[in-house]
Amino acid sequence: MIEFKQVCKRYENGKDALSQVSFELGEGELTFLTGHSGAGKSTLLKLITLIERPSQGQIIIDGQNLNGIGRRGIPFFRRKIGIVFQNHQLLFDRTVYDNVALPLLIAGFSPKDAGRRVRAALDKVGLLDKENLFPISLSGGEQQRVGIARAVVNKPPILLADEPTGNLDPKLSEEIMDLFQQFCQVGVTVLIATHDLNLIHRYSHRMLTLNEGRLVHNDVPAAVPAEEEAEP
Amino acid sequence: MKPANKGAAPRRGASVAKTQFSHRFESYKNNHKEVAASSLQRLLSTPLPTLMTVMVIAIALALPVGLYVMLKNAQALSRDWDGSAQISLYLKLSTTERQGKELATRLAKRVDIGKSQYISKEQALEEFKALSGFGDVLTELEDNPLPAVIVVYPTSRDLAKAEVLQQELNEFREVDTAQLDAQWVRRLHAMLDLAERIVWALGLGLSLAVLLVIINTIRLAIESRRDEIVIVKLVGGTDGFVQRPFLYTGLWYGLGGGIIALLVIQSVLFWVDSPVAKLADLYSSAFNLRGLGFGPTLALLLGSGGLGWLGAWWAVRQHLRAIEPR
Repeated sequence: MIEFKQVCKRYENGKDALSQVSFELGEGELTFLTGHSGAGKSTLLKLITLIERPSQGQIIIDGQNLNGIGRRGIPFFRRKIGIVFQNHQLLFDRTVYDNVALPLLIAGFSPKDAGRRVRAALDKVGLLDKENLFPISLSGGEQQRVGIARAVVNKPPILLADEPTGNLDPKLSEEIMDLFQQFCQVGVTVLIATHDLNLIHRYSHRMLTLNEGRLVHNDVPAAVPAEEEAEP
Repeated sequence: MKPANKGAAPRRGASVAKTQFSHRFESYKNNHKEVAASSLQRLLSTPLPTLMTVMVIAIALALPVGLYVMLKNAQALSRDWDGSAQISLYLKLSTTERQGKELATRLAKRVDIGKSQYISKEQALEEFKALSGFGDVLTELEDNPLPAVIVVYPTSRDLAKAEVLQQELNEFREVDTAQLDAQWVRRLHAMLDLAERIVWALGLGLSLAVLLVIINTIRLAIESRRDEIVIVKLVGGTDGFVQRPFLYTGLWYGLGGGIIALLVIQSVLFWVDSPVAKLADLYSSAFNLRGLGFGPTLALLLGSGGLGWLGAWWAVRQHLRAIEPR
């Protein structure tokens, strides 16, 4: 579903953010993307969402080579990917309902159809009773769940999450992780960028580890070095 | 039913595609309606700043359009005066009174001449004596130095046609000089032509000012909604989708300015209508103050809306592309 072939990304300042990264994620697979700050996690996510373009190599998403997508094609490509942000990125002047409905509005769903899907997504994240509230009146965990509902409302085949549990306590993090696992069970490819090692170790999923732009680890997390595991 | 089904089968696919298309179009139309309404709502939710911007646009539009209305009225007034043009034919001294009178009668029968009036040498002298105040001096003269005159009133109210007629009459055997007494009308026309150009230049300049006001206002609106634009782009919003609310905002600003400009002009016209009617009455003229008229009103509203849209489009083109997710 997501395939990187010898991908390099060099920024204009000459810094190599990624070099020679290759991996392949299948359909319905849940994968953690980890590494210290500046290791290239963000760059990798930006390449998948076409915020950045690779300097070298190929990225193939859902059978589509990203190098072949022009500026005009980007919005349509992005509709295949649900994105969950660390800082939620909600619109604070709109209700929870309108926030979740945004991708459907963009994709041109009829209001009736959209209503059904928005309620299904809100039901999934347990916020059906809050659809008329504004995001400001929600807790951090609830805001994150609104963000998740918005990411999946369009039923995208791919879900990316950038530090989705960054500001949440362990219990809330667990709830969020449960949601992600449910999505991958119905065939969504989920890629979660995080440096929350506790979270990673609680679940046995595949893990990609970046270090200074290189993919140093690509396996289930049994092989994580012990000293790193001890970190809080 | 069975044979009918055979024919209906291939149509089914087409109708499905059609529904798909009409469904897409329907949602596109709905989105336009929704965005038009929400961008208007957004403007009305901050009434004071919106009103200030709209007033700037209204004043910039009302000025040239108001001048245009004045100009059109002046032109209408001058058309009324065109009709007062008359051509004086100074006959050659050798022309006899009988020849002169015959000519006057002949001229009066022409289609392009309403009436003609023969003024003999003697009548001319009497008139001159009475009007000039040189009566005593003139009685001293042995000969009457004044020529006979035929005054011709053209049927057409068009000055250009009167000029053609004047030239033709000038060639007549009996006529020494044909003079069109419309110099002042001509000067008025020249002045009005100049005024018209000034009004157009002013209109162009102030339209540009309106455009700049809208570009700047939309630029600020884009800046203040930067986060929203980034999010919309990240969840797959096309350029068209992102720019739509701003284009409608520009349209509303322009249209609002146009409507207020129209109200201002109509109020001023209403305000001066009765004094103008009184003045016209004193000059025993049937002159009536004209409003903007349907065509120019429509043009003002379309033009102001168009300027708003154009300004917004320009601002969007300059600034929206620069806002991308990072």
